[in-house]
Amino acid sequence: MISVFILLLGAATPILFAALGELVAERAGVLNLGVEGMMVGGALAGFAAAHATGSPALGFAVAALAGAALSMLFAMMTQYLLSNQVATGLALTLFGLGLTAMFGKPYEGVKAPAMMAGPLGLNWMIWLGLAMVPVVWWFLVRTRPGLILRAVGENHDAAHGLGYPVRAMRIAALAFGGAMAGMGGAYISIATVLQWTEGMTAGAGWIALAIVVFAQWNPWGVLAGAWLFGGVTVLQLRLQAAGVAVPVQFLAMAPYLATILVLVLISARQKFGRSGGGAAPGSLGRPFHALR
Amino acid sequence: MNRRTLLGSAAALVAASALPSFAAEDKLKVGFIYVGPVGDGGWSFQHDLARKAVVEKYGDKVETTFIESVPEGADAERALTQLALAGNKLIFATSFGFMDATINVAKKFPDVKFEHATGYKTAENVSTYDARFYEGRAVMGTIAGRMTKSNKIGYIGSFPIPEVIQGINSSFIHARKVNPNVEMKVVWAYTWFDPAKEADAAAALIAEGVDVILQHTDSTAPLAKAQEAGAIGFGQASDMAAFKPTPRVSAIIDNWAPYYIKRVGEALDGSWKSHSVWLGIGDGEVEIGEITDAVPAEVKAEAEALKAKIASGEYHPFTGPLKKQDGSDWLAEGQKAEDKDLSSMNFYVEGIAAPMPK
Repeated sequence: MISVFILLLGAATPILFAALGELVAERAGVLNLGVEGMMVGGALAGFAAAHATGSPALGFAVAALAGAALSMLFAMMTQYLLSNQVATGLALTLFGLGLTAMFGKPYEGVKAPAMMAGPLGLNWMIWLGLAMVPVVWWFLVRTRPGLILRAVGENHDAAHGLGYPVRAMRIAALAFGGAMAGMGGAYISIATVLQWTEGMTAGAGWIALAIVVFAQWNPWGVLAGAWLFGGVTVLQLRLQAAGVAVPVQFLAMAPYLATILVLVLISARQKFGRSGGGAAPGSLGRPFHALR
Repeated sequence: MNRRTLLGSAAALVAASALPSFAAEDKLKVGFIYVGPVGDGGWSFQHDLARKAVVEKYGDKVETTFIESVPEGADAERALTQLALAGNKLIFATSFGFMDATINVAKKFPDVKFEHATGYKTAENVSTYDARFYEGRAVMGTIAGRMTKSNKIGYIGSFPIPEVIQGINSSFIHARKVNPNVEMKVVWAYTWFDPAKEADAAAALIAEGVDVILQHTDSTAPLAKAQEAGAIGFGQASDMAAFKPTPRVSAIIDNWAPYYIKRVGEALDGSWKSHSVWLGIGDGEVEIGEITDAVPAEVKAEAEALKAKIASGEYHPFTGPLKKQDGSDWLAEGQKAEDKDLSSMNFYVEGIAAPMPK
């Protein structure tokens, strides 16, 4: 049982990092569909750095920088050139996958250094991921910059009218999102798979995006979502290995079903007048230009 | 050219193919679609090696194009159509799940020849070709049965299709032959290529006490996981030599090059005909990678003797007496399995405790 939980935490960590980062970006009103691209960028850069230096910690730091750098491409396109966020995000994913496929060639078949063990048999990155949940919640809900960030995301015109730096806030949120996605990707290459393989994130970025919606833009919900998605993966593999007949297809779609269910419940609640908080940020995905 | 640039230039290709092509007449254009990236180090990597062998053999007479990471399903149909529109006259579709897409596209392009790997549907212009992976699995199973200390060996399956089930059965039969106490644990990953999931599957097997892992998925992730846990495994599809001498103690290698060279040659001289072939160790299509020193010499000799007997046709890995998992009879004493039974295999043999997915 404990070993299942440890495997679950490991499987949840990459998507937890990526989803927390995307949550902050979306709360600032930017929809970045490039999570997968930033993750795979972090996976390669982090692996390369960890391999070169022998230090996984340094690998994760480099992965964060790489993810943030990729997100800055997105920020330049969407915040200055006002390109469509959906199209730019998709392009970022394709770009990240292609770029890493090209630069990753020398790292194929190379092994990762040993992961940094932490307390209770969990490595330090798992702990960091768990710690980021209250930190992000505290920042968004209990601090002034967090309040401004949410204001920018809810109504960028009003926030601008009040003199808040809409663009700067969004770029900062995107950089944070990129750094988190990069670290999440590096967790896959350095801690889970222990090597670099082209396209190795295999859709984790898209799961992270689904989790943000599932969580209704709440950090604690993200944690629950990451455990649900990660847990289902690990649990069905463990049950199979133990020789239990499991309906794998049903388990595989369960988290997505849960996401749709949450969306239905939310919209039903809004329809019947008990509109709760926690729905999508008002300015999500809309371009902002101060001179409009 | 990869998939993305191909998508980008699809419109241009369509326009170009509508025009009569003058210069391209004397060149045979050959297209390939792969289910994974060419850098997977396994299945798709081996197909791409064979493509390169074709280029090396025929030089200027051929022009090859490939599209990698094509999902099985509707995307495959689109990718195949693009290749056909771009003027490829011979197209290799290199995954089981491309089967229906290949048949559909072949109907629309009767003058294009298609080669589909590991499937069972043929047409006037669609051939199928397959490798008797189960022959190699018999050798792996022998080594696994001898090498396990916990008497638990694990198998990471991709999808419950006959090709993979043959491999599980063949491995298990031969492991048990040399070690009557051996147990087989099976985990289905439901993917051909997802390193994180394959690693998790390996971790789940290791947590169940497995110390020898066989895999029928395409990445090297299970080997990396085996190494971390002190278990051993085998290269799949490709040699995976980076993990020698341990955890990778041997490998089952798909060598498609002779077949691709032969078929491209036939397309060039006009003798290409639709057929359905299934080649094994004896034909050189399935190879056994070097058995490393981590394996004791007598086990190595035993495995090599089995390989030689399979290659010469003296021994068939599915020879009776064999029973099905539910205890019912399958093959009588000395009876060999027929190809048509193997190509629709949907049951485990007796002794495997794992449930067959529905």
